[in-house]
Amino acid sequence: MTTNRIHQKLQEDKKILSIYFTAGYPRLEDTVSIIENLQNSGVDMLEIGLPFSDPLADGPTIQESSTQALKNGMTTNELFKQLKDIRNSVHIPLIIMGYFNPIMQYGVEAFCAKCAEIGIDGLIVPDLPVDVYEEDYKSLFEKYGLANIFLITPQTPDERIRYIDSVSDGFIYMVSSASVTGAKSTFGDVQKQYFERIHSLQLKNPQIVGFGISNADTFETATNRAKGAIIGSAFIKFLNEKGIDAIPEFVQSIR
Amino acid sequence: MSATINSITPIGGNAGKGAYHVSERGYYGEFGGAFIPEMLYPNVEELRQKYLEVMSEPSFKQEFNKLLKDYVGRPSPLYFAKRMSEKYETRIYLKREDLNHTGAHKINNTIGQILMARRLGKTRIIAETGAGQHGVATATVCALTGMECVVYMGEIDIARQAPNVARMKMLGAEVRPALSGSRTLKDATNEAIRDWINNPVDTHYIIGSAIGPHPYPDMVTRFQSVISEEIRAQLLEQEGRENPDYVVACIGGGSNAAGTFYHFLDEEDVNIIAVEAAGKGIDSGESAATSVLGHQGIIHGCRTLLMQTEDGQITEPYSISAGLDYPGVGPMHAHLFKSGRAEFKAITDSDAMKAGLQLCQLEGIIPAIESSHALAVFEHQKFGKDDIVVVALSGRGDKDLNTYIDYFSL
Repeated sequence: MTTNRIHQKLQEDKKILSIYFTAGYPRLEDTVSIIENLQNSGVDMLEIGLPFSDPLADGPTIQESSTQALKNGMTTNELFKQLKDIRNSVHIPLIIMGYFNPIMQYGVEAFCAKCAEIGIDGLIVPDLPVDVYEEDYKSLFEKYGLANIFLITPQTPDERIRYIDSVSDGFIYMVSSASVTGAKSTFGDVQKQYFERIHSLQLKNPQIVGFGISNADTFETATNRAKGAIIGSAFIKFLNEKGIDAIPEFVQSIR
Repeated sequence: MSATINSITPIGGNAGKGAYHVSERGYYGEFGGAFIPEMLYPNVEELRQKYLEVMSEPSFKQEFNKLLKDYVGRPSPLYFAKRMSEKYETRIYLKREDLNHTGAHKINNTIGQILMARRLGKTRIIAETGAGQHGVATATVCALTGMECVVYMGEIDIARQAPNVARMKMLGAEVRPALSGSRTLKDATNEAIRDWINNPVDTHYIIGSAIGPHPYPDMVTRFQSVISEEIRAQLLEQEGRENPDYVVACIGGGSNAAGTFYHFLDEEDVNIIAVEAAGKGIDSGESAATSVLGHQGIIHGCRTLLMQTEDGQITEPYSISAGLDYPGVGPMHAHLFKSGRAEFKAITDSDAMKAGLQLCQLEGIIPAIESSHALAVFEHQKFGKDDIVVVALSGRGDKDLNTYIDYFSL
């Protein structure tokens, strides 16, 4: 069990608003100012997307932002370079979300070490399965004090959710519905029942809902039972339309 | 496992004991596994738990074999290529997968998987396709069984493979353009995976090659293993021995190669040659020779060799043959390469085209350009006078006529 900014933040008596954005988008050099703007607008936690050529769990908005970020010249080394001094100005928890192949090519241990050096608190690697993580990488993540966040979905059986809960450290990323990122604008009864079901399992890790959170209404529904919610595609769309300076407007529209 | 299941053999046999077969956890040596987002876990896990059991059911095997015989036209001939043998002073046999219904080996797998999908209670089928061969083979079996069919195809491939797009539509499939990334096969595969994430309950994904998360590589290989099973029986009949000295197959993702090699994997006296597409040359920057240019990584749910940047971004391969134009190889092949069990060769566009034209003129067979890569091996390697060399002729050349016409200014 690590104790880092994620755990401290989750102790706070409030609903967590977390924002995902793709590093190096819209412009290569925007990463740090987006982080600072989001923090200063009152966002609780950030997921920094390390762009990948083949993001198979993502919908069109995040795919396009990833493609653009790669065209802009974003690489793993570039991201680490941009984040080098981030802890001088940013105190909220920072999580890197990236697919496994770029991390593997960097070297999993080297990647973890670099994250620790910069002050990254956790990782979300959607295509690193929980059993492979437990067997091969868990001790590495722990050595570098990184929380590893796993996804669950409405189709995940209770038994597997309990297994994921036992291996998780930080929070559980609750995918709101059977979909890639960015798909829904409202939540129906099926999602609400799913939120209730997960709540009733009384897991040791708090849950944060992601996928399909786009406005105050979906944020409110999602956080009725869960500890917080993550907004990704809707933020990227906003950023694309209104730009970095308008970030406070986006955050205020959510809560 | 219970004794009753133990006594029944799945399609492909109980071969899964040797060093070149898939392990219980889904690995071939260090390659394979299931690197998938949690959203896909229930579907892939259901398949993993059931595929061997379903493939062991007598009624399943009976239905599969009957369709292969009556609908596909199997067994495909093992043809002694006399004039070619004379030219290269060796004994060349061609395994005629080009004579299958729909014109290639792809149908062996789609027949198997459509029956699997029905056993799993699925009502909707999705598939990816590059050149359109697997898309056509999938649309065909969906028509055969009355299943809804959606085929993802890169926008660029749709433009350059119009006849296959038309075939799929005539067969009742919906062809959806993949608009993301490089808009070719790998992106069509991503789109199919996203569709499966969005439709986890009623949909089965028919992957067309020996790739993807476990159990796909093994399942596809087993359905294709009918190729090497027949080769052994046919060779016994024609030559009085089951094992050739060499088996040769072209390899993109590697489904025809997997089927051609399968029953010879543990037969150490059989030399295995896998032929990749060198494109315009290995060092040209336009190539698909994954064993030379690739590094270990994760693509489409498995750990294997793939072409990528230093930073782990997957790159776009090139070959004149759309079927070999994939940035990875199946995990079994990565293991065969790494362990030295198979020898990998890379053949350029121009050598493949020459070999294709030569087969037309020596044997009266117009091969698919994919298969032409395998045929080109004789210009690069001298075989013994008495050696028996079996080459998988994975598909016919009708789909490639335009490429042949342009290339040779016919």
